Amino acid sequence: MESLIALLDQNEIFNVQTLLHYWDGFVMTVQLVFLSLIVGAVLSVPLALMRTSSNHWISKPVWLYTYIFRGTPLLIQLYIIYYGVVFIEGIQDSMFWPVVKEAFYPCLLAFVLNTAAYTTEILRGALVATPKGEIEAAKAYGMSWWQMTRRIVLPSAFRRALPAYGNEVIFMLHASAIASVVTIVDLTGAARDVYAQHYAPFEAYSFVALIYLCLTFCLIYLFKYLEKKMLAHLRPLS
Amino acid sequence: MIDFHGYGPSIFYGAILTIEIAFLSLFLAVILGLMGAIAKISNNRFANGIATLYTTLIRGVPDLVLMLLIFFGGQMLTNNFSDWLYEQYEIDVFFNINEFIAGVITIGFIFGAYMSETFRGAFQSVDNGQIEAGKAYGMSNVQIFKRIMFPQMMRHALPGLGNNWMVLLKTTALVSIIGLADMVRLASEAAKAVHEPFTFFIPVAAVYLTLTAVSEWFIKKLEVRYSAGVVKG
Repeated sequence: MESLIALLDQNEIFNVQTLLHYWDGFVMTVQLVFLSLIVGAVLSVPLALMRTSSNHWISKPVWLYTYIFRGTPLLIQLYIIYYGVVFIEGIQDSMFWPVVKEAFYPCLLAFVLNTAAYTTEILRGALVATPKGEIEAAKAYGMSWWQMTRRIVLPSAFRRALPAYGNEVIFMLHASAIASVVTIVDLTGAARDVYAQHYAPFEAYSFVALIYLCLTFCLIYLFKYLEKKMLAHLRPLS
Repeated sequence: MIDFHGYGPSIFYGAILTIEIAFLSLFLAVILGLMGAIAKISNNRFANGIATLYTTLIRGVPDLVLMLLIFFGGQMLTNNFSDWLYEQYEIDVFFNINEFIAGVITIGFIFGAYMSETFRGAFQSVDNGQIEAGKAYGMSNVQIFKRIMFPQMMRHALPGLGNNWMVLLKTTALVSIIGLADMVRLASEAAKAVHEPFTFFIPVAAVYLTLTAVSEWFIKKLEVRYSAGVVKG
């Protein structure tokens, strides 16, 4: 430990201070990504069920929502929410203002809405692909719509959606770098600070690129493991 | 009509710049993608390794970080290089990395990696017997590629290619961060100046939405064209 600190002290750019700054950025990135994925996933389940409904009044609004959020850049969505939130009538006097005036929550909102749109479409694809026999079997057992959805349709759709959802998680991790644009000090924001302080863009950004690379590999392995466990029954024999 | 406070024309030119960047980087990405795919399916271990390293590294790092790395880091490296040239050989040159070129190269470079994967899958889905038949007819490698591989590969590549194009189109918004005066940057400057974010960002979002909608339609047309002669089950 002593020798490590001594080594870091000799290093001009990567001293203890900058590494701690990177650590703060890392915590921020993980927080943002984790929270937006959790909330987005929770929102996407009812949205996907609505999206597959045969009633146009229910399915079309969800279609419009996913179409808009998947058809425009996340950066624009972030700008609209981040700069626009101030202009909501009376928000500055309301109890939400202390929460909203920091960049974190508008940013989280943008990320949640974006990932919920993508996750809804992924889940819809999985729901549509439910084998007819499973639904017929559930109906033959006399299950109600809710029982059938909860016991048969959703669990099997979650399994089928897993590979595509893994991609979405990695996409979200990469998209979260955009948070640095609205003054949030995430990993990319930390790299920008280090760059500004030491005027060493190459070192600052390649270090952060390596961290993202490691995170991506961890996620890939996690989802490979999950797929192996949850899709074991679909694995080809031999 | 919406009042753009006189910023309308400049944002319109920004939109044209966005489209230019998107097409130029698509062009670069397709070339890099084809090269990467050919390297990946070749038997040459060196080419194979380079292509695998390229696709793995690029796809594991966020676009924005890569863009900042190439733009700021690249400028730094070329500065060091020109310093070195001056010290060693007294050659006084200065390379300035233009934002436009940096943007196009970065986006092309990033999406080249995604395209490699798409094209690799597509190449592998062309039946080997077809290529053997081409060889049996005495076609050269170029002829086989042009007449047999490419038309059939495109059918398998198109869905992935279309998807990559949509993502690329949305990624062009990031060039505003490295200082290029594209639609997004001009809109955000205008929005800050007149304190009306919705007036500027919502039309910009609408432009992106229109672009993706038109692309979707066009890709569908292409898919119909390239799947001519395929019996759907």
